[in-house]
Amino acid sequence: MMNEFQQADSAGPPGGAATLPHDVKSPCCVNSQGKGNTSIGNGLHVHYPTGKMTSLTAKDKDTVKAFWAKVAGKAEDIGTDALSRMLVVYPQTKTYFSHWKDLSPGSAPVRKHGITVMTGVADAVSKIDDLKGGLLNLSELHAFTLRVDPANFKILSHNILVVFAIMFPKDFTPEVHVAMDKFLAALARALSEKYR
Amino acid sequence: MHQGIRAKSGLTPQTRSRSPEHVWMCVLIEAAVMVKWTDKERSLVQAVWEKVDIDVVGPDALARVLIVYPWTERYFGRFGDIFTATAVLQNAGVAAHGRVVLTALDAAVRDMDNIRGTYAALSRLHYEQLQVDPENFALLADCITVAIACKLKSALDPQSQATWKKFLSAVVDAMSSQYN
Repeated sequence: MMNEFQQADSAGPPGGAATLPHDVKSPCCVNSQGKGNTSIGNGLHVHYPTGKMTSLTAKDKDTVKAFWAKVAGKAEDIGTDALSRMLVVYPQTKTYFSHWKDLSPGSAPVRKHGITVMTGVADAVSKIDDLKGGLLNLSELHAFTLRVDPANFKILSHNILVVFAIMFPKDFTPEVHVAMDKFLAALARALSEKYR
Repeated sequence: MHQGIRAKSGLTPQTRSRSPEHVWMCVLIEAAVMVKWTDKERSLVQAVWEKVDIDVVGPDALARVLIVYPWTERYFGRFGDIFTATAVLQNAGVAAHGRVVLTALDAAVRDMDNIRGTYAALSRLHYEQLQVDPENFALLADCITVAIACKLKSALDPQSQATWKKFLSAVVDAMSSQYN
């Protein structure tokens, strides 16, 4: 079965790191017949990933949509739990919520805001083909009004993934994990668009 | 192996400085970096760890690292085909090495007051011989957390997750400590 690497036929690295050099007779390369590999001499070559790896592939989008369909019914619980964990595990994030009366896990303001966040995620799933364009308003909100440091998007994303693992351990396979991680990273990039 | 690394670095018990000032500096540095644990935190770490099945979580965590962060494949050429998710999940070398990594975590759980000491030799190995970018330790820590979350499910409550993160951060710090 052809993998992503075997579609590259350019010499340069379109995106991402190459593998370490290895012998052309390696098991990974036996069926590739030299396609998708770049020879570096002495019977060695490296694999370069295709440019497609740097953004959401069609397969990623399908995986995201299928997983989201499974979990959307629990969006409120997911949002509440992810935010609760973020505030406990990464206490520096509490600095954005000094106006809340109660920052404890599962509190009313946490639940309300969890719903807000997951509504945004659901919206992003529906706009997965154009996150930058689709999330312009949200980006302006985060850039000019909320002024959340973009490093925190990664933190919240991590906690959303942990909650997926806890609530849907059988469905949150490594393949789903990478697709959702890429999607949330792309979402974060779209939210950062208007920052500067 | 450890003697080889120490000889290569030029540091042996005979040549390393034993001046009182040097010794005192080492004590101060260790005191400054030593992580402090409350009794509650110690029991939370133990409670998480005793639910971890190394044979399940180890392979799962390492497979996730290779699948979610594919550039980490650069360190594992000896495992053969690890270039698709399917290949990673079927690869015996990956599974075996996942068990090795989680078994090494057990040493830190058993001696939480000496995490830096526990990993000093491993850190130097990863720096000098294996030449692993320490950024990867944080990636592995995140995947270990996700793998544990799959296994423990709601037993990994927010407080447990926080304490476990503190523990893994100490391990990541210790693994990075000999990079200089």
